[in-house]
Amino acid sequence: MITLKLEILRRKHPEDVPHWESYDYQTEDETANIAVALTELNQKIENPVRWECSCLQKKCGACAMVIQNRPRLACDTPLKEFSKAGTVRIEPLRKFPVVADLIVDRSILFQNLETMKVWFAEEAKTKGSQMAYEASRCLQCGCCLEICPNFYAGGTFSGMSATLPTARLLTALPESQKKELCRAYRKYIYEGCGKSLACRNVCPAGIEIDKLLVNSNAVAVWKRKLKHET
Amino acid sequence: MQKVIIIGAGLAGLSASVTLAEHGISCALISLQNSERAQSVLAEGGINASLNTMGENDTVQNHYEDTLRGGVYLADPNAVQNLTFHAPEIVRWLEKLGVPFNMTDSDIMLRNFGGQKKKRTAYARSSTGKIIMTALIDEVRRYEAGGLIQRYPHHEFIQLLTENQACYGVRIQDAYTGKMTDFKGSVLLCSGGMNGVFPEMTTGTTQNSGDVTATVFRQGVTLGNPEMIQYHPTTIGISGKRCLVTEAARGEGGRLCIMQNQQKYYFMEEKYPELGNLMPRDVVAREMYFIRRKYGGEVFLDMTELSSVTWQKKLSDLRQEIMHYLALDPKTDLIPVREGIHYFMGGIDTDEYHRTNFRNLYAAGECTCQYHGANRLGGNSMLGALYGGRKSAETIIKTAEFLTEENQEVSVSVPEKASPVLIQKISQILLSGLGIVRNQETLLKQLNALEVLANQRTYSFYEQNRLLLAEAMLRSALERRESRGAHYREDYPDKNDNFRKTTIAECDDKNRVRISFRPIPEKRADI
Repeated sequence: MITLKLEILRRKHPEDVPHWESYDYQTEDETANIAVALTELNQKIENPVRWECSCLQKKCGACAMVIQNRPRLACDTPLKEFSKAGTVRIEPLRKFPVVADLIVDRSILFQNLETMKVWFAEEAKTKGSQMAYEASRCLQCGCCLEICPNFYAGGTFSGMSATLPTARLLTALPESQKKELCRAYRKYIYEGCGKSLACRNVCPAGIEIDKLLVNSNAVAVWKRKLKHET
Repeated sequence: MQKVIIIGAGLAGLSASVTLAEHGISCALISLQNSERAQSVLAEGGINASLNTMGENDTVQNHYEDTLRGGVYLADPNAVQNLTFHAPEIVRWLEKLGVPFNMTDSDIMLRNFGGQKKKRTAYARSSTGKIIMTALIDEVRRYEAGGLIQRYPHHEFIQLLTENQACYGVRIQDAYTGKMTDFKGSVLLCSGGMNGVFPEMTTGTTQNSGDVTATVFRQGVTLGNPEMIQYHPTTIGISGKRCLVTEAARGEGGRLCIMQNQQKYYFMEEKYPELGNLMPRDVVAREMYFIRRKYGGEVFLDMTELSSVTWQKKLSDLRQEIMHYLALDPKTDLIPVREGIHYFMGGIDTDEYHRTNFRNLYAAGECTCQYHGANRLGGNSMLGALYGGRKSAETIIKTAEFLTEENQEVSVSVPEKASPVLIQKISQILLSGLGIVRNQETLLKQLNALEVLANQRTYSFYEQNRLLLAEAMLRSALERRESRGAHYREDYPDKNDNFRKTTIAECDDKNRVRISFRPIPEKRADI
């Protein structure tokens, strides 16, 4: 049996003053996670907590939030981690505008990709590339931006969530996009990244961020290709 | 101003939006969450196309025949012919979009999948859906930047705008602001399967609530084969849902067994020497159910004989997932698996061009009853969504009446969502009636239970829709007095070709559900 106090930072709408509310929660499921707890809690309380979820198996990134001061996916955060302390604090990601309760507006993630023109304008030559595969796994959850000391919404630096989709293109840099894409990479990523690599430690997909960053820098900044990548 | 409104931004919706954009037609792409959160990202094993890169003399004709046979001849042969004959083109297109499929030395590698004798399934390890979605999202972004595709994330479908069997738009709510807008134009539904009808019991997402299907059904859109529900043989229970163990596990050599006197008994291989563990899903799921009923205990997936290279290059994600959720290593441990609801072959009824019974209303992807008949082959779902998206867009280009009215903000009250308690009650009724093995007695009992529930109190709009959808599913299963594909009736255990027809469920304006059967179209000449 897990018994926990869920402390949730709540607000009804963006202008509302945020306040903590505390809920007692109990479950016999030793494998239960924060997502399951929020689902069950919402079936019992009068004003359900607003939050986003979808796949419940850490493959979609919808349920990213700050749990005990760390950006994580609710579906990938087991309750038993907190059973000793008896309490867990849950709040929305802090680098995005809050919509209500735990929902934030992450549209900046996608705007940045559009600004950087992240798409193949010609036939892609990624054939079987393991790096392209790894880069394709990014969930666009925003956890990396939450922890990043260099990213803030509205700043020039687009963060790791833009770096990975760009890295997919850089594994097979199209000739017609070479100049523009490399310039965008340097401006929006390379010049802003302080290489703290805090993102690596919080990425829920466990993406090999360093490897992709090294390759992208080599291609877009140092104009060479790493030899080990096919 | 958008002329075409697409509901849903998974594979089918994205594919349709790109096809429209390629023809210079703009669309509004509406989804409650971004494409990265769509159920399509959960697809694992691969996508079928007879590319014939493995030296097995595979042909599109083979793919066509396997798909029809796998669906036990309930699918429209003309639609299946289109699907399978265009499959190689679809996979080559994905390759051009930068999908890093696993490769042989020179070309796309294919793996074995259920119900097919030849290697035909292209894949990216065991995260094929996610990897394809990433490439397709980038392609859509290109057209978004050009203004042809306009995304409306965090927007939710409320209902169709209809008049005299014609659709002229949809009512949409912004989930962030609550604002309601009537979007005017032709409508393409790509809203996914009815997973939410069985909360926590499927391998799908919480976003595929089934509310779109339930609502349009209530509004008069007919459903086809709603009784056809696929139970995937290999799922594991995790907190809050069923988690899929991809069919690729068996495609790469995994074997199903039960333990008898401390020995592994590979029951599928004994009974079906040719395809063994790779029989179509309906057969495997049913055999698992019966063998458990006979001997008790669990069915295990034995992957201990798979090579290290296979684990590393082809199934690395699957191994990580199993270790994460079960604390078992499939390299050395047997994995207990159970059948779980995975796919809805039935849904919104369309013709092979993806037209519904309403003018200007089209549907594609898992929300439709197209392509898979009584049982879907693994590897055909992503193909069906991508091809269906494209085909429906082509039909829209040819047949839709492009309306010129502006979208209009409306002030109407927000309909109340179905209560979780009612959803659970309906789910329990359906689970009892629509299991792997069905019979008249149980179906009548559950229909009665549903009627009692329906008369208990006054229900909200969404609640009534769900009750009607549940009735359509149960009554379709009751009326189909035969066993075919995923629909197995112990009281009618044989296939009966008098029922080789599409079950049609209709809801009239007095909320009465009617079930009828429509003949399958005759096959035209080969393409």
